[in-house]
Amino acid sequence: MSFAVETTGLVKIFGDNRAVDGVDLQVPRGTVYGLLGPNGAGKTTVVRMLATLLRPDGGTARVFGHDVAKEPDAVRSRVSLTGQYASVDEDLTGTENLVLLARLLGHRRPAARARAAQLLEAFGLTEAATRQVKKYSGGMRRRIDIAASILNTPDLLFLDEPTTGLDPRSRNQVWEIIREVVAHGTTVLLTTQYLDEADRLAGRIAVIDHGKVIAEGTPGSLKASIGAGTVHVRLRDPGRRPEAVSLIAATLDTPVQLDSDPVALTAPAASAEQAARALGALAGAGILVDDFSLGQPSLDEVFLALTAQGAPA
Amino acid sequence: MTTLATVLTREERPRRPSALAASLTFGWRAILKIKHVPEQLFDVTAFPIIMTLMFTYLFGGALAGSTKEYLQYLLPGIMVTSVVMITMYTGVGLNTDIEKGVFDRFRTLPIWRPAALVGMIIGDVLRYVLAATTIMLVGLILGFRPAGGVVGVLAGIGLLVVFSFAFSWIWTMFGLLLRSEKSVMGVSMLVLFPLTFLSNVFVNPSTMPGWLQAFVKLNPITHLVAAVRFLMAGTPDAAETMWTLAASAVLLAVFGALTMRLYNRK
Ligand SMILES: Nc1ncnc2c1ncn2[C@@H]1O[C@H](COP(=O)(O)OP(=O)(O)OP(=O)(O)O)[C@@H](O)[C@H]1O
Ligand SMILES: [Mg+2]
Repeated sequence: MSFAVETTGLVKIFGDNRAVDGVDLQVPRGTVYGLLGPNGAGKTTVVRMLATLLRPDGGTARVFGHDVAKEPDAVRSRVSLTGQYASVDEDLTGTENLVLLARLLGHRRPAARARAAQLLEAFGLTEAATRQVKKYSGGMRRRIDIAASILNTPDLLFLDEPTTGLDPRSRNQVWEIIREVVAHGTTVLLTTQYLDEADRLAGRIAVIDHGKVIAEGTPGSLKASIGAGTVHVRLRDPGRRPEAVSLIAATLDTPVQLDSDPVALTAPAASAEQAARALGALAGAGILVDDFSLGQPSLDEVFLALTAQGAPA
Repeated sequence: MTTLATVLTREERPRRPSALAASLTFGWRAILKIKHVPEQLFDVTAFPIIMTLMFTYLFGGALAGSTKEYLQYLLPGIMVTSVVMITMYTGVGLNTDIEKGVFDRFRTLPIWRPAALVGMIIGDVLRYVLAATTIMLVGLILGFRPAGGVVGVLAGIGLLVVFSFAFSWIWTMFGLLLRSEKSVMGVSMLVLFPLTFLSNVFVNPSTMPGWLQAFVKLNPITHLVAAVRFLMAGTPDAAETMWTLAASAVLLAVFGALTMRLYNRK
Protein backbone atom coordinates (compact mmCIF):
# COMPACT_ATOMS: atom_id res chain seq x y z
CA MET A 1 0.00 0.00 0.00
CA SER A 2 2.90 2.38 0.39
CA PHE A 3 3.50 2.65 -3.35
CA ALA A 4 1.88 5.24 -5.58
CA VAL A 5 2.10 2.86 -8.52
CA GLU A 6 2.67 -0.85 -8.43
CA THR A 7 2.55 -3.05 -11.52
CA THR A 8 3.28 -6.72 -11.91
CA GLY A 9 3.76 -8.39 -15.28
CA LEU A 10 1.96 -5.60 -17.11
CA VAL A 11 1.34 -6.48 -20.78
CA LYS A 12 -0.17 -4.62 -23.73
CA ILE A 13 -0.34 -6.20 -27.17
CA PHE A 14 -1.19 -4.34 -30.39
CA GLY A 15 -1.83 -6.93 -33.08
CA ASP A 16 1.27 -9.09 -32.80
CA ASN A 17 3.39 -6.31 -31.31
CA ARG A 18 4.04 -6.80 -27.59
CA ALA A 19 4.36 -3.06 -26.93
CA VAL A 20 4.55 -3.62 -23.17
CA ASP A 21 5.87 -7.03 -22.29
CA GLY A 22 5.83 -7.88 -18.59
CA VAL A 23 6.63 -4.62 -16.79
CA ASP A 24 7.08 -4.60 -13.00
CA LEU A 25 7.25 -1.17 -11.41
CA GLN A 26 7.15 0.11 -7.86
CA VAL A 27 6.90 3.88 -7.62
CA PRO A 28 7.39 5.23 -4.07
CA ARG A 29 5.03 8.00 -2.98
CA GLY A 30 6.17 11.60 -3.05
CA THR A 31 9.04 11.07 -5.48
CA VAL A 32 9.81 11.60 -9.13
CA TYR A 33 10.10 8.29 -10.92
CA GLY A 34 11.74 8.28 -14.34
CA LEU A 35 10.70 5.98 -17.14
CA LEU A 36 13.60 6.19 -19.56
CA GLY A 37 13.62 4.69 -23.03
CA PRO A 38 14.04 5.34 -26.75
CA ASN A 39 11.26 5.86 -29.33
CA GLY A 40 8.82 3.00 -29.36
CA ALA A 41 10.05 1.53 -26.07
CA GLY A 42 6.52 1.45 -24.67
CA LYS A 43 6.65 4.42 -22.29
CA THR A 44 3.46 6.08 -23.51
CA THR A 45 1.65 2.75 -23.53
CA VAL A 46 2.57 2.12 -19.88
CA VAL A 47 1.41 5.61 -18.91
CA ARG A 48 -1.86 5.25 -20.81
CA MET A 49 -2.63 2.00 -19.02
CA LEU A 50 -1.86 3.57 -15.64
CA ALA A 51 -4.06 6.57 -16.48
CA THR A 52 -7.01 4.22 -17.32
CA LEU A 53 -6.95 5.09 -21.03
CA LEU A 54 -5.93 1.61 -22.18
CA ARG A 55 -6.91 -1.75 -20.76
CA PRO A 56 -3.95 -3.98 -19.88
CA ASP A 57 -3.91 -7.30 -21.75
CA GLY A 58 -2.11 -9.00 -18.89
CA GLY A 59 -0.72 -8.43 -15.41
CA THR A 60 -2.04 -5.94 -12.89
CA ALA A 61 -1.52 -2.27 -12.21
CA ARG A 62 -2.48 -0.49 -9.02
CA VAL A 63 -2.51 3.24 -8.41
CA PHE A 64 -2.69 4.07 -4.69
CA GLY A 65 -3.93 0.56 -4.21
CA HIS A 66 -6.76 0.84 -6.77
CA ASP A 67 -6.73 -1.57 -9.69
CA VAL A 68 -6.73 0.48 -12.93
CA ALA A 69 -9.00 -1.96 -14.73
CA LYS A 70 -11.50 -2.58 -11.94
CA GLU A 71 -11.69 0.79 -10.22
CA PRO A 72 -10.93 3.32 -12.93
CA ASP A 73 -12.98 6.08 -11.31
CA ALA A 74 -11.06 5.84 -8.04
CA VAL A 75 -7.83 6.10 -10.02
CA ARG A 76 -9.10 9.02 -12.12
CA SER A 77 -9.94 11.09 -9.09
CA ARG A 78 -6.34 10.94 -7.87
CA VAL A 79 -4.26 11.30 -11.04
CA SER A 80 -3.67 13.86 -13.77
CA LEU A 81 -2.18 13.25 -17.18
CA THR A 82 -0.08 15.56 -19.31
CA GLY A 83 0.10 13.59 -22.53
CA GLN A 84 2.97 13.53 -24.96
CA TYR A 85 1.02 15.59 -27.48
CA ALA A 86 -1.03 18.72 -26.83
CA SER A 87 -3.38 17.82 -24.04
CA VAL A 88 -5.43 21.00 -24.11
CA ASP A 89 -7.82 22.25 -26.79
CA GLU A 90 -5.77 24.17 -29.33
CA ASP A 91 -8.76 26.12 -30.64
CA LEU A 92 -9.49 27.63 -27.24
CA THR A 93 -7.55 30.29 -25.35
CA GLY A 94 -5.44 29.57 -22.29
CA THR A 95 -8.11 30.94 -19.98
CA GLU A 96 -10.93 29.06 -21.70
CA ASN A 97 -9.06 25.78 -21.44
CA LEU A 98 -8.38 26.18 -17.74
CA VAL A 99 -11.89 27.40 -16.93
CA LEU A 100 -13.36 24.48 -18.91
CA LEU A 101 -11.31 21.92 -16.99
CA ALA A 102 -11.90 23.63 -13.64
CA ARG A 103 -15.65 23.48 -14.30
CA LEU A 104 -15.36 19.80 -15.18
CA LEU A 105 -13.61 19.23 -11.87
CA GLY A 106 -16.61 20.76 -10.13
CA HIS A 107 -15.56 24.36 -9.48
CA ARG A 108 -18.33 26.91 -9.78
CA ARG A 109 -17.92 29.56 -12.43
CA PRO A 110 -16.35 32.33 -10.28
CA ALA A 111 -14.02 29.88 -8.54
CA ALA A 112 -13.04 28.37 -11.91
CA ARG A 113 -12.21 31.82 -13.29
CA ALA A 114 -10.16 32.72 -10.23
CA ARG A 115 -8.29 29.43 -10.32
CA ALA A 116 -7.53 29.83 -14.03
CA ALA A 117 -6.18 33.35 -13.54
CA GLN A 118 -4.05 32.17 -10.62
CA LEU A 119 -2.51 29.32 -12.60
CA LEU A 120 -1.85 31.47 -15.65
CA GLU A 121 -0.01 33.94 -13.46
CA ALA A 122 2.00 31.27 -11.67
CA PHE A 123 3.03 29.79 -15.02
CA GLY A 124 3.92 33.16 -16.55
CA LEU A 125 1.13 32.99 -19.09
CA THR A 126 -1.01 35.94 -18.06
CA GLU A 127 -0.14 37.85 -21.22
CA ALA A 128 -1.15 34.90 -23.39
CA ALA A 129 -4.36 34.26 -21.45
CA THR A 130 -6.70 35.40 -24.21
CA ARG A 131 -4.73 33.91 -27.09
CA GLN A 132 -5.64 30.59 -28.72
CA VAL A 133 -3.30 27.83 -27.59
CA LYS A 134 -2.44 26.98 -31.19
CA LYS A 135 -0.65 30.31 -31.31
CA TYR A 136 1.54 29.49 -28.29
CA SER A 137 5.24 28.66 -28.53
CA GLY A 138 6.38 25.13 -27.66
CA GLY A 139 7.47 26.14 -24.17
CA MET A 140 4.24 28.03 -23.41
CA ARG A 141 2.22 25.10 -24.63
CA ARG A 142 4.01 22.71 -22.32
CA ARG A 143 3.38 25.05 -19.43
CA ILE A 144 -0.35 25.34 -20.13
CA ASP A 145 -0.48 21.54 -20.48
CA ILE A 146 1.03 21.16 -17.03
CA ALA A 147 -1.07 23.97 -15.56
CA ALA A 148 -4.16 22.12 -16.80
CA SER A 149 -2.96 19.05 -14.92
CA ILE A 150 -2.69 20.74 -11.54
CA LEU A 151 -6.03 22.58 -11.46
CA ASN A 152 -6.69 20.30 -8.52
CA THR A 153 -3.28 19.38 -7.14
CA PRO A 154 -3.20 15.67 -8.05
CA ASP A 155 -1.72 12.93 -5.90
CA LEU A 156 -0.02 11.43 -8.94
CA LEU A 157 0.98 13.35 -12.04
CA PHE A 158 1.92 11.61 -15.29
CA LEU A 159 4.24 13.68 -17.49
CA ASP A 160 4.87 12.01 -20.84
CA GLU A 161 8.05 13.46 -22.35
CA PRO A 162 7.40 16.95 -21.00
CA THR A 163 10.59 18.48 -22.39
CA THR A 164 11.02 16.83 -25.78
CA GLY A 165 11.53 19.57 -28.36
CA LEU A 166 12.02 22.39 -25.86
CA ASP A 167 14.95 24.80 -25.84
CA PRO A 168 17.25 24.76 -22.77
CA ARG A 169 15.51 27.68 -21.09
CA SER A 170 12.01 26.24 -21.45
CA ARG A 171 13.32 22.88 -20.36
CA ASN A 172 14.69 24.45 -17.18
CA GLN A 173 11.34 26.07 -16.50
CA VAL A 174 9.60 22.72 -16.78
CA TRP A 175 12.18 21.15 -14.47
CA GLU A 176 11.57 23.87 -11.91
CA ILE A 177 7.83 23.22 -12.10
CA ILE A 178 8.35 19.50 -11.59
CA ARG A 179 10.55 20.07 -8.54
CA GLU A 180 7.96 22.40 -7.06
CA VAL A 181 5.13 19.95 -7.72
CA VAL A 182 6.99 17.15 -5.95
CA ALA A 183 7.93 19.42 -3.07
CA HIS A 184 4.19 19.78 -2.47
CA GLY A 185 3.69 16.08 -2.05
CA THR A 186 2.63 14.99 -5.54
CA THR A 187 4.19 11.84 -6.94
CA VAL A 188 5.43 12.35 -10.51
CA LEU A 189 5.84 9.62 -13.10
CA LEU A 190 8.01 11.14 -15.79
CA THR A 191 8.87 9.57 -19.12
CA THR A 192 11.88 10.81 -21.00
CA GLN A 193 14.40 9.93 -23.65
CA TYR A 194 17.14 11.90 -21.89
CA LEU A 195 19.30 10.36 -19.23
CA ASP A 196 20.40 13.73 -17.88
CA GLU A 197 16.77 14.72 -17.35
CA ALA A 198 15.99 11.54 -15.44
CA ASP A 199 19.26 11.98 -13.57
CA ARG A 200 18.45 15.51 -12.43
CA LEU A 201 14.87 14.95 -11.43
CA ALA A 202 14.19 11.32 -10.61
CA GLY A 203 14.78 9.51 -7.36
CA ARG A 204 14.63 6.21 -9.20
CA ILE A 205 14.73 5.29 -12.87
CA ALA A 206 13.46 2.33 -14.84
CA VAL A 207 15.15 1.89 -18.20
CA ILE A 208 12.69 0.41 -20.64
CA ASP A 209 13.27 -1.01 -24.13
CA HIS A 210 11.10 -3.14 -26.37
CA GLY A 211 8.43 -3.21 -23.70
CA LYS A 212 10.70 -4.59 -20.99
CA VAL A 213 12.43 -3.02 -18.02
CA ILE A 214 16.11 -3.68 -18.63
CA ALA A 215 17.44 -1.87 -15.56
CA GLU A 216 16.04 -0.19 -12.47
CA GLY A 217 17.60 1.78 -9.67
CA THR A 218 18.73 5.18 -8.45
CA PRO A 219 20.47 7.35 -11.06
CA GLY A 220 23.72 6.88 -9.15
CA SER A 221 23.57 3.11 -9.17
CA LEU A 222 22.64 3.02 -12.85
CA LYS A 223 25.52 5.26 -13.81
CA ALA A 224 27.93 3.35 -11.60
CA SER A 225 26.97 0.19 -13.42
CA ILE A 226 27.96 1.69 -16.77
CA GLY A 227 30.84 4.00 -15.81
CA ALA A 228 30.89 7.73 -15.23
CA GLY A 229 30.76 8.73 -18.84
CA THR A 230 32.82 9.37 -21.89
CA VAL A 231 36.04 11.33 -22.23
CA HIS A 232 36.17 13.46 -25.38
CA VAL A 233 39.61 14.77 -26.32
CA ARG A 234 40.70 17.11 -29.10
CA LEU A 235 44.43 17.36 -29.75
CA ARG A 236 46.32 20.33 -31.18
CA ASP A 237 48.48 18.12 -33.40
CA PRO A 238 46.89 15.20 -35.27
CA GLY A 239 50.35 13.62 -35.65
CA ARG A 240 50.43 12.82 -31.93
CA ARG A 241 47.15 10.95 -31.85
CA PRO A 242 48.64 7.42 -31.83
CA GLU A 243 50.74 8.37 -28.83
CA ALA A 244 47.74 9.89 -27.04
CA VAL A 245 45.67 6.78 -27.74
CA SER A 246 48.12 4.45 -26.06
CA LEU A 247 48.51 6.78 -23.05
CA ILE A 248 44.77 7.10 -22.51
CA ALA A 249 44.14 3.42 -23.08
CA ALA A 250 46.73 2.63 -20.42
CA THR A 251 45.36 5.12 -17.87
CA LEU A 252 41.66 4.36 -18.34
CA ASP A 253 42.19 0.68 -18.98
CA THR A 254 39.64 0.70 -21.82
CA PRO A 255 39.77 0.67 -25.61
CA VAL A 256 39.92 4.13 -27.21
CA GLN A 257 37.75 5.09 -30.18
CA LEU A 258 39.19 7.11 -33.05
CA ASP A 259 36.77 9.66 -34.43
CA SER A 260 36.68 10.49 -38.12
CA ASP A 261 38.03 13.90 -37.17
CA PRO A 262 41.84 13.29 -37.13
CA VAL A 263 42.41 15.27 -33.90
CA ALA A 264 39.58 13.74 -31.88
CA LEU A 265 39.24 10.60 -29.81
CA THR A 266 36.82 9.27 -27.22
CA ALA A 267 36.99 6.69 -24.46
CA PRO A 268 34.71 5.54 -21.63
CA ALA A 269 35.87 6.44 -18.13
CA ALA A 270 34.94 4.63 -14.95
CA SER A 271 35.22 7.75 -12.79
CA ALA A 272 36.01 11.45 -12.92
CA GLU A 273 39.30 10.79 -11.06
CA GLN A 274 40.42 8.41 -13.79
CA ALA A 275 39.56 10.98 -16.43
CA ALA A 276 41.62 13.54 -14.58
CA ARG A 277 44.56 11.13 -14.49
CA ALA A 278 44.27 10.68 -18.26
CA LEU A 279 44.47 14.44 -18.74
CA GLY A 280 47.52 14.49 -16.45
CA ALA A 281 49.20 11.77 -18.47
CA LEU A 282 48.72 13.73 -21.70
CA ALA A 283 50.15 16.88 -20.15
CA GLY A 284 53.06 14.90 -18.71
CA ALA A 285 53.95 13.63 -22.19
CA GLY A 286 53.81 17.16 -23.58
CA ILE A 287 50.80 16.47 -25.84
CA LEU A 288 48.87 19.70 -26.33
CA VAL A 289 45.12 19.42 -25.79
CA ASP A 290 42.58 21.89 -27.24
CA ASP A 291 39.58 20.39 -25.54
CA PHE A 292 39.06 17.79 -22.88
CA SER A 293 35.65 16.92 -21.46
CA LEU A 294 33.94 14.22 -19.49
CA GLY A 295 30.42 13.79 -20.86
CA GLN A 296 27.49 12.05 -19.22
CA PRO A 297 26.86 8.69 -20.77
CA SER A 298 24.28 9.20 -23.47
CA LEU A 299 21.17 7.09 -23.60
CA ASP A 300 22.80 5.19 -26.45
CA GLU A 301 25.76 4.34 -24.28
CA VAL A 302 23.50 3.31 -21.42
CA PHE A 303 21.69 0.92 -23.73
CA LEU A 304 24.82 -0.42 -25.25
CA ALA A 305 26.29 -0.99 -21.83
CA LEU A 306 23.12 -2.50 -20.39
CA THR A 307 22.49 -4.87 -23.25
CA ALA A 308 26.17 -5.83 -23.35
CA GLN A 309 26.06 -6.68 -19.64
CA GLY A 310 23.21 -9.07 -20.22
CA ALA A 311 20.49 -6.85 -18.84
CA PRO A 312 20.86 -6.75 -15.06
CA ALA A 313 17.31 -5.92 -14.01
CA MET B 1 2.06 37.76 -7.19
CA THR B 2 0.82 34.21 -7.45
CA THR B 3 3.62 31.69 -7.31
CA LEU B 4 3.65 28.02 -8.02
CA ALA B 5 3.78 27.33 -4.32
CA THR B 6 0.45 29.14 -3.82
CA VAL B 7 -1.35 27.25 -6.56
CA LEU B 8 -0.01 23.92 -5.37
CA THR B 9 -1.34 24.28 -1.85
CA ARG B 10 -3.87 21.52 -1.39
CA GLU B 11 -7.34 22.83 -0.88
CA GLU B 12 -10.52 20.96 -0.34
CA ARG B 13 -11.67 19.58 -3.68
CA PRO B 14 -15.05 20.57 -5.01
CA ARG B 15 -17.66 17.87 -5.50
CA ARG B 16 -17.58 16.33 -8.94
CA PRO B 17 -20.14 17.90 -11.30
CA SER B 18 -23.46 16.25 -12.05
CA ALA B 19 -23.98 14.51 -15.38
CA LEU B 20 -26.00 17.47 -16.61
CA ALA B 21 -23.49 20.08 -15.43
CA ALA B 22 -20.61 18.22 -17.08
CA SER B 23 -22.53 17.85 -20.36
CA LEU B 24 -23.46 21.53 -20.39
CA THR B 25 -19.83 22.45 -19.76
CA PHE B 26 -18.85 20.44 -22.83
CA GLY B 27 -21.68 22.19 -24.68
CA TRP B 28 -20.03 25.46 -23.70
CA ARG B 29 -16.79 24.15 -25.23
CA ALA B 30 -18.64 23.53 -28.50
CA ILE B 31 -19.98 27.09 -28.47
CA LEU B 32 -16.48 28.47 -27.79
CA LYS B 33 -15.23 26.53 -30.80
CA ILE B 34 -17.93 28.10 -32.98
CA LYS B 35 -16.89 31.49 -31.62
CA HIS B 36 -13.26 30.89 -32.61
CA VAL B 37 -14.01 29.25 -35.97
CA PRO B 38 -17.22 30.93 -37.15
CA GLU B 39 -16.66 29.67 -40.71
CA GLN B 40 -18.14 26.37 -39.61
CA LEU B 41 -21.55 28.06 -39.52
CA PHE B 42 -21.37 28.33 -43.30
CA ASP B 43 -22.48 24.69 -43.53
CA VAL B 44 -25.60 25.33 -41.53
CA THR B 45 -26.68 28.51 -43.28
CA ALA B 46 -25.55 28.52 -46.90
CA PHE B 47 -26.26 24.84 -47.56
CA PRO B 48 -29.90 24.97 -46.41
CA ILE B 49 -30.54 28.18 -48.33
CA ILE B 50 -29.22 26.63 -51.52
CA MET B 51 -31.25 23.44 -50.95
CA THR B 52 -34.44 25.42 -50.48
CA LEU B 53 -33.98 27.65 -53.50
CA MET B 54 -32.81 24.81 -55.72
CA PHE B 55 -35.66 22.41 -55.09
CA THR B 56 -38.36 25.06 -54.98
CA TYR B 57 -37.50 26.35 -58.44
CA LEU B 58 -36.35 23.04 -59.90
CA PHE B 59 -39.45 21.01 -59.10
CA GLY B 60 -41.99 23.67 -58.23
CA GLY B 61 -43.31 24.26 -61.73
CA ALA B 62 -43.36 20.63 -62.81
CA LEU B 63 -44.72 19.01 -59.68
CA ALA B 64 -47.28 21.41 -58.32
CA GLY B 65 -47.97 23.80 -61.15
CA SER B 66 -46.49 26.76 -59.28
CA THR B 67 -43.51 27.27 -57.02
CA LYS B 68 -45.60 28.93 -54.35
CA GLU B 69 -47.97 26.01 -54.14
CA TYR B 70 -45.13 23.48 -54.12
CA LEU B 71 -43.41 25.40 -51.35
CA GLN B 72 -46.35 24.76 -49.00
CA TYR B 73 -45.68 21.04 -49.49
CA LEU B 74 -41.88 21.15 -49.79
CA LEU B 75 -40.70 23.48 -47.04
CA PRO B 76 -41.16 21.21 -44.01
CA GLY B 77 -39.52 18.37 -45.96
CA ILE B 78 -36.58 20.41 -47.15
CA MET B 79 -36.06 21.64 -43.60
CA VAL B 80 -35.96 18.06 -42.35
CA THR B 81 -33.61 16.99 -45.16
CA SER B 82 -31.17 19.82 -44.58
CA VAL B 83 -31.01 19.43 -40.82
CA VAL B 84 -30.74 15.64 -40.95
CA MET B 85 -27.93 16.00 -43.49
CA ILE B 86 -26.14 18.45 -41.24
CA THR B 87 -26.11 15.88 -38.44
CA MET B 88 -23.33 14.06 -40.25
CA TYR B 89 -20.88 16.80 -39.27
CA THR B 90 -21.20 15.49 -35.74
CA GLY B 91 -19.37 12.32 -36.79
CA VAL B 92 -16.80 14.14 -38.87
CA GLY B 93 -16.13 16.60 -36.03
CA LEU B 94 -15.78 13.86 -33.45
CA ASN B 95 -13.45 11.88 -35.67
CA THR B 96 -11.03 14.80 -35.99
CA ASP B 97 -11.47 15.98 -32.40
CA ILE B 98 -10.87 12.63 -30.75
CA GLU B 99 -7.51 12.11 -32.43
CA LYS B 100 -6.20 15.10 -30.49
CA GLY B 101 -4.58 14.74 -27.11
CA VAL B 102 -7.26 16.73 -25.33
CA PHE B 103 -9.65 13.78 -25.39
CA ASP B 104 -7.13 11.76 -23.40
CA ARG B 105 -7.41 14.39 -20.75
CA PHE B 106 -11.21 14.38 -20.84
CA ARG B 107 -11.23 10.62 -20.48
CA THR B 108 -9.03 10.73 -17.38
CA LEU B 109 -11.40 13.12 -15.59
CA PRO B 110 -13.62 11.62 -12.91
CA ILE B 111 -16.87 12.69 -14.59
CA TRP B 112 -19.94 11.09 -16.15
CA ARG B 113 -18.44 9.32 -19.15
CA PRO B 114 -20.82 10.29 -21.96
CA ALA B 115 -20.63 13.99 -20.99
CA ALA B 116 -17.99 14.91 -23.58
CA LEU B 117 -20.09 13.43 -26.38
CA VAL B 118 -23.43 14.70 -25.11
CA GLY B 119 -21.90 18.18 -24.82
CA MET B 120 -20.60 17.99 -28.34
CA ILE B 121 -24.07 17.14 -29.61
CA ILE B 122 -25.61 19.92 -27.52
CA GLY B 123 -23.38 22.26 -29.50
CA ASP B 124 -24.57 20.64 -32.71
CA VAL B 125 -28.21 21.05 -31.66
CA LEU B 126 -27.63 24.79 -31.69
CA ARG B 127 -26.48 24.44 -35.28
CA TYR B 128 -29.60 22.48 -36.12
CA VAL B 129 -31.76 25.23 -34.65
CA LEU B 130 -29.85 27.80 -36.66
CA ALA B 131 -30.23 25.83 -39.88
CA ALA B 132 -33.98 25.28 -39.32
CA THR B 133 -34.49 28.96 -38.55
CA THR B 134 -32.60 29.99 -41.68
CA ILE B 135 -34.77 27.77 -43.86
CA MET B 136 -37.94 29.01 -42.24
CA LEU B 137 -36.94 32.61 -42.93
CA VAL B 138 -36.10 31.83 -46.56
CA GLY B 139 -39.39 29.96 -46.87
CA LEU B 140 -41.39 32.84 -45.46
CA ILE B 141 -39.71 35.22 -47.87
CA LEU B 142 -40.50 32.93 -50.81
CA GLY B 143 -44.14 32.68 -49.77
CA PHE B 144 -44.49 29.76 -47.37
CA ARG B 145 -47.54 30.41 -45.19
CA PRO B 146 -47.86 27.88 -42.34
CA ALA B 147 -51.44 27.65 -41.09
CA GLY B 148 -50.19 26.44 -37.69
CA GLY B 149 -48.74 29.87 -36.99
CA VAL B 150 -45.84 30.56 -34.66
CA VAL B 151 -46.79 27.72 -32.30
CA GLY B 152 -47.05 25.17 -35.09
CA VAL B 153 -43.73 26.22 -36.59
CA LEU B 154 -41.93 26.12 -33.23
CA ALA B 155 -43.42 22.72 -32.44
CA GLY B 156 -42.30 21.41 -35.83
CA ILE B 157 -38.77 22.71 -35.38
CA GLY B 158 -38.74 21.32 -31.83
CA LEU B 159 -39.68 17.85 -33.00
CA LEU B 160 -37.09 17.99 -35.77
CA VAL B 161 -34.37 18.99 -33.31
CA VAL B 162 -35.32 16.19 -30.90
CA PHE B 163 -35.11 13.64 -33.71
CA SER B 164 -31.81 15.07 -34.99
CA PHE B 165 -30.28 14.91 -31.51
CA ALA B 166 -31.10 11.20 -31.35
CA PHE B 167 -30.07 10.62 -34.96
CA SER B 168 -26.65 12.23 -34.32
CA TRP B 169 -25.61 9.23 -32.23
CA ILE B 170 -25.38 7.18 -35.43
CA TRP B 171 -22.61 9.53 -36.51
CA THR B 172 -20.79 9.53 -33.19
CA MET B 173 -20.67 5.76 -33.56
CA PHE B 174 -19.22 5.97 -37.06
CA GLY B 175 -16.91 8.79 -35.99
CA LEU B 176 -15.39 6.44 -33.42
CA LEU B 177 -15.51 3.34 -35.58
CA LEU B 178 -13.97 4.61 -38.79
CA ARG B 179 -10.39 5.58 -39.28
CA SER B 180 -10.55 8.80 -41.23
CA GLU B 181 -12.72 11.83 -41.66
CA LYS B 182 -13.14 10.92 -45.34
CA SER B 183 -14.56 7.50 -44.63
CA VAL B 184 -17.00 9.02 -42.13
CA MET B 185 -18.15 11.39 -44.89
CA GLY B 186 -18.48 8.51 -47.33
CA VAL B 187 -20.61 6.38 -45.05
CA SER B 188 -22.73 9.39 -44.09
CA MET B 189 -23.58 10.08 -47.71
CA LEU B 190 -24.36 6.44 -48.32
CA VAL B 191 -26.88 6.45 -45.49
CA LEU B 192 -28.29 9.95 -45.88
CA PHE B 193 -29.07 10.12 -49.57
CA PRO B 194 -31.43 7.13 -49.72
CA LEU B 195 -32.90 8.01 -46.36
CA THR B 196 -33.81 11.57 -47.30
CA PHE B 197 -34.70 11.10 -50.98
CA LEU B 198 -36.61 7.83 -50.64
CA SER B 199 -39.22 9.52 -48.49
CA ASN B 200 -42.16 11.86 -48.78
CA VAL B 201 -39.94 14.95 -48.84
CA PHE B 202 -40.18 15.78 -52.52
CA VAL B 203 -43.18 13.96 -53.92
CA ASN B 204 -46.25 12.20 -52.63
CA PRO B 205 -45.37 8.50 -52.17
CA SER B 206 -48.62 7.37 -53.88
CA THR B 207 -46.91 8.09 -57.22
CA MET B 208 -44.15 5.53 -56.48
CA PRO B 209 -44.00 1.81 -57.35
CA GLY B 210 -45.24 -0.53 -54.60
CA TRP B 211 -41.88 -1.84 -53.39
CA LEU B 212 -40.60 1.69 -53.00
CA GLN B 213 -43.74 2.70 -51.15
CA ALA B 214 -43.04 -0.08 -48.68
CA PHE B 215 -39.56 1.33 -47.96
CA VAL B 216 -40.83 4.88 -47.78
CA LYS B 217 -43.45 3.85 -45.25
CA LEU B 218 -40.81 2.31 -42.97
CA ASN B 219 -38.40 5.21 -43.34
CA PRO B 220 -38.39 7.25 -40.10
CA ILE B 221 -37.73 10.38 -42.14
CA THR B 222 -41.14 9.94 -43.78
CA HIS B 223 -42.86 9.96 -40.40
CA LEU B 224 -40.79 12.88 -39.20
CA VAL B 225 -41.64 14.90 -42.30
CA ALA B 226 -45.33 14.03 -41.99
CA ALA B 227 -45.37 14.97 -38.32
CA VAL B 228 -43.61 18.28 -38.98
CA ARG B 229 -45.95 19.06 -41.89
CA PHE B 230 -49.01 18.44 -39.78
CA LEU B 231 -47.66 20.53 -36.90
CA MET B 232 -46.86 23.45 -39.17
CA ALA B 233 -50.22 23.15 -40.91
CA GLY B 234 -51.91 23.47 -37.55
CA THR B 235 -53.38 19.96 -37.65
CA PRO B 236 -51.06 17.95 -35.35
CA ASP B 237 -51.15 14.22 -35.97
CA ALA B 238 -50.63 12.30 -32.75
CA ALA B 239 -49.72 9.02 -34.47
CA GLU B 240 -46.96 10.51 -36.64
CA THR B 241 -45.60 12.53 -33.74
CA MET B 242 -45.52 9.51 -31.44
CA TRP B 243 -43.93 7.41 -34.18
CA THR B 244 -41.17 10.00 -34.53
CA LEU B 245 -40.58 10.27 -30.80
CA ALA B 246 -40.45 6.49 -30.47
CA ALA B 247 -37.97 6.25 -33.35
CA SER B 248 -35.85 8.92 -31.61
CA ALA B 249 -35.86 6.95 -28.37
CA VAL B 250 -34.81 3.77 -30.16
CA LEU B 251 -32.03 5.52 -32.11
CA LEU B 252 -30.72 7.14 -28.94
CA ALA B 253 -30.78 3.90 -26.95
CA VAL B 254 -29.16 1.74 -29.61
CA PHE B 255 -26.58 4.09 -31.08
CA GLY B 256 -25.91 5.87 -27.78
CA ALA B 257 -25.01 2.52 -26.23
CA LEU B 258 -22.86 1.46 -29.19
CA THR B 259 -21.10 4.82 -29.15
CA MET B 260 -20.29 4.57 -25.46
CA ARG B 261 -18.93 1.05 -25.91
CA LEU B 262 -16.56 2.30 -28.59
CA TYR B 263 -15.68 5.41 -26.61
CA ASN B 264 -14.70 3.41 -23.55
CA ARG B 265 -12.53 1.10 -25.62
CA LYS B 266 -10.76 3.67 -27.72
N1 LIG C 1 -2.72 2.48 -30.59
C1 LIG C 1 -1.71 1.71 -31.06
N2 LIG C 1 -1.93 0.77 -32.01
C2 LIG C 1 -0.95 -0.01 -32.46
N3 LIG C 1 0.33 0.07 -32.04
C3 LIG C 1 0.64 0.97 -31.10
C4 LIG C 1 -0.36 1.85 -30.56
N4 LIG C 1 0.23 2.65 -29.65
C5 LIG C 1 1.53 2.29 -29.62
N5 LIG C 1 1.79 1.28 -30.49
C6 LIG C 1 3.10 0.63 -30.69
O1 LIG C 1 3.58 0.22 -29.42
C7 LIG C 1 4.96 0.45 -29.31
C8 LIG C 1 5.26 1.31 -28.12
O2 LIG C 1 4.78 2.60 -28.37
P1 LIG C 1 4.82 3.78 -27.31
O3 LIG C 1 4.10 4.93 -27.90
O4 LIG C 1 4.35 3.29 -26.00
O5 LIG C 1 6.37 4.10 -27.23
P2 LIG C 1 7.12 5.31 -26.51
O6 LIG C 1 8.14 4.72 -25.64
O7 LIG C 1 6.14 6.21 -25.87
O8 LIG C 1 7.82 6.02 -27.75
P3 LIG C 1 8.09 7.59 -28.01
O9 LIG C 1 9.35 7.95 -27.30
O10 LIG C 1 8.26 7.65 -29.49
O11 LIG C 1 6.91 8.36 -27.54
C9 LIG C 1 5.40 1.02 -30.64
O12 LIG C 1 5.92 -0.03 -31.42
C10 LIG C 1 4.14 1.57 -31.24
O13 LIG C 1 4.19 1.49 -32.64
MG1 LIG D 1 5.58 8.14 -26.15
